[in-house]
Amino acid sequence: MPGTIIQSISRAAAKVMNRTDITRRLVAKLTHGEAVVGGIGNTNFELWASGQRPQNFYMLGSMGLAIPIATGVALAQPGRQVFALEGDGSLLMQLGALGTVAAAGLKNLAIIVFDNGAYQITGSQPTLTSQGCDLVAVARGAGLAQASWAADESHFEQLVDQALAGNGPWFIGARTDNMPPAGVTERDAAKIRAGFMQGIAKQAE
Amino acid sequence: MSESRSLETWDEIVLRVLKQNQIKLIAYVPDKVLATLIKRLHADDYFTVICPAREEEAVGILTGAYMAGLRGILLMQTSGFATLPNVLASLAVPYQIPLLMLISERGTLGDHQLAQAIVCRMMRPILATLGIEHHPITRLDDVEFIVDQMIKQAYATQAPAAMILSPLLTNKK
Repeated sequence: MPGTIIQSISRAAAKVMNRTDITRRLVAKLTHGEAVVGGIGNTNFELWASGQRPQNFYMLGSMGLAIPIATGVALAQPGRQVFALEGDGSLLMQLGALGTVAAAGLKNLAIIVFDNGAYQITGSQPTLTSQGCDLVAVARGAGLAQASWAADESHFEQLVDQALAGNGPWFIGARTDNMPPAGVTERDAAKIRAGFMQGIAKQAE
Repeated sequence: MSESRSLETWDEIVLRVLKQNQIKLIAYVPDKVLATLIKRLHADDYFTVICPAREEEAVGILTGAYMAGLRGILLMQTSGFATLPNVLASLAVPYQIPLLMLISERGTLGDHQLAQAIVCRMMRPILATLGIEHHPITRLDDVEFIVDQMIKQAYATQAPAAMILSPLLTNKK
């Protein structure tokens, strides 16, 4: 039941987890051709390093657009579950996207935000989330009622299971540490686009 | 050309040509010149209309939709275009996305707002620097040809395209 899965815990109370570990926990559950859009930097590096699924899209620029790109995929293919993986710094650049997702009411869309409180890739300068901005509260305020911090790894998996069952949109906040990503995405934009298009060419049921 | 077709307004022609090219997803940020077209699109069940908070978001949505098999177009005004160079240069151009943009040209031919005027002068140099195909539409007779051919070329060549609605078309009395 959503009532038991969605917890009103604060960012401060959520466990700081390892991004590599929770990315792999997510990917292990993707068995029905779910599309995943990985935001700029370590977020998509981690997705890449978790295994290059053909249904993954890796963003090399356009900071803040993982959620809008995932929104477009979800709009075009209502039968396919779509995940946006985004970092806290990226989401802070495009908060309006949360309102757009809420207004569109996409049942097949889930947003996962890795929040390490820092712009890790540019030298770990602090983001606003380390200074009091709670992105789950922001998501709720934007109209995404089904928004929760993951209390720990097992709760993160429960939230992902809930998202996979549909009835979105979902917003999952995951606090992460500052360990380096497990790999680095190959930087060939045209190849990424063509591979992703091929990977999702057949409409999922 | 039929009698009724010859009486079409520019926004009616645009809507018809979008349908002829299976452009079903409309993402827009408001503009007064585009208001009638936007109203017509909202009223037509053929189209899915989405109104994101920023033009950048619309580029992301249209990019995702295109990759997943749904064609769309971004409607905006000149100042909205001016917010886009980063995402055009880092998403639409390198990923070879046929991103269609219909831009109402503000800031020229009598616009009283200085801010719009300067933004307007930035637009073509940015499009040219990015190597993005762009054409102004100045005459009713040209609307169908330019919109239709630019859409077809964008998809055939995997490249963004900017159609610029001139005040000569939209505001000339």
